[in-house]
Amino acid sequence: MTQTLRTPFDCAQGDKSVERIIADFPILARPTSRGKRLVYLDSAATSQKPRAVIQALVDYYEQYNANIHRGVYEIAQRATDEYEHARVKVARFIGANTSEVVWVRNTTEAINLVAYSWGDHNITAGDAILLTELEHHSDLVPWQLLAQRTGAQLRFIPVDARGIHVLDDLDRLLDGCKLLAISHVSNTLGTIAPLETLIPRAHAAGAVVLVDGAQGAPHLPLDVKALDADFYAFSGHKMLGPTGIGCLYGKRELLAAMPPFLSGGDMIRKVEYTRTTFNDPPRRFEAGTSNIADAIAFGVAADYLTALGMPWVREHERALTGYALERLAQFEPRGLAIYGPRDPARSSGVISFNFGDIHPHDLASILDTEGICIRAGHHCTMPLMEKSGWGATARASFYIYNTEADVDVLCEGLEKAARVFHI
Amino acid sequence: MDDFYRDYILDHYRSPRNFGTLEQPDVAAEDVNPLCGDQIRVELKLDDGKISDVRFSGKGCAISQASTSMLLETVKGMKLTDVAQLPKDAVLENVGIGISPTRMKCAMLGLRVLKSAAIGKLADWPDEE
Repeated sequence: MTQTLRTPFDCAQGDKSVERIIADFPILARPTSRGKRLVYLDSAATSQKPRAVIQALVDYYEQYNANIHRGVYEIAQRATDEYEHARVKVARFIGANTSEVVWVRNTTEAINLVAYSWGDHNITAGDAILLTELEHHSDLVPWQLLAQRTGAQLRFIPVDARGIHVLDDLDRLLDGCKLLAISHVSNTLGTIAPLETLIPRAHAAGAVVLVDGAQGAPHLPLDVKALDADFYAFSGHKMLGPTGIGCLYGKRELLAAMPPFLSGGDMIRKVEYTRTTFNDPPRRFEAGTSNIADAIAFGVAADYLTALGMPWVREHERALTGYALERLAQFEPRGLAIYGPRDPARSSGVISFNFGDIHPHDLASILDTEGICIRAGHHCTMPLMEKSGWGATARASFYIYNTEADVDVLCEGLEKAARVFHI
Repeated sequence: MDDFYRDYILDHYRSPRNFGTLEQPDVAAEDVNPLCGDQIRVELKLDDGKISDVRFSGKGCAISQASTSMLLETVKGMKLTDVAQLPKDAVLENVGIGISPTRMKCAMLGLRVLKSAAIGKLADWPDEE
């Protein structure tokens, strides 16, 4: 049964028809309680899981459930091998060296790890930390707390009315800046950050760059070395993997100089009663028993995306976003407002909108009756909502299993909402 | 859920009753629904321990705004001690059937804020009592 893990693609290599992909996702074949087809447009919150990922979880628990890095018996060795092999797969997926990939629970934990371990030892009073106005709370609150602990100052790269980064004042913002922390893709508006411009300029100003890749790694071709990011944080569950497993990429020399974040078992080299020598990265940052099955299944998710090819993923989503923007624009004369970039080349599979005076939560409830799953609210970007005066928005987000037919169902759902609310 | 959005609900959403602020409220409270950001503020004018006037302000979905508007229509003349005891049915009787569990907090926000004003501290969620 090892073959299940070594050749995990339900989706045959080269066959990129979306119908074949959809067939790999058991949940998409289950009708809702109202008998509707599930139209899942909330992959920015979490993606659905292909059968191969689910099977990897089952295989671990049914065939070789054992703790890692300890046992000398056969199933413990296999668990360790699969767990470390998953690290190799995820490292390859982002273009990193294996020793630069730290397992964490999710993007939030990865950013907190950097904020405490790197931040507390490298940021001092008077330093500036540069963020953008688009950041998710997970790439904002840890830096607020770091600033409170150290006396550092927070600055923000502004965005225009379409959510596009405005770089006119970048030199001044980078002056005295020790850290640029920026989301690769905005979870609220889909804006793709101009990292190719920003990272070299941040480095030239002496800043370290952390990229919040929660919405980047699942959707865009990624090579952290070519990008020259110092840290890149992302979650497994937004890219076909299970919840509870994520990854922090850090450049080797940065990780090597960082003290532990959490401490305890598995992250040590030698422990005496009063002192401890710590393990090398990445295991220095992996205290306690990890989410073993989830890490292994995350490796299978990376295999699945690798087999599809991330350029294909990007092109599929770009085309679908373009189609959705065209269809939604037909509702604009009736009061639908689209936020964020209108050019799908500048955004990544996320569309935020409001429809007349229908509150997005009411809209989401009405769409739910038709089997359509969208997100409504502030999307964990309350400052952006406040600045923009939107209050809340509805958000549709796409992934590899979405089709133009899903967009058409969304538009039929909007017609229903218009009837219910008499607009 | 779509059955919920009947015309009188939409009427209270678009034309909320007792909407605004009082010049000199005797007690007031406000809260947000952290799940969706809905905000409600309730201000009360008292006369001998009874509600003589009421206003609410805030923003949010049709469920939270209409539920609050309809609830507050029923509380003038009510003793504060009775307000503190209002059950969740005080809202559900007005808005009727069709609220899904995920939206129950939206319906209960106005009642929670009203009861908070009555007892002078943040009240429990009525659906969790």
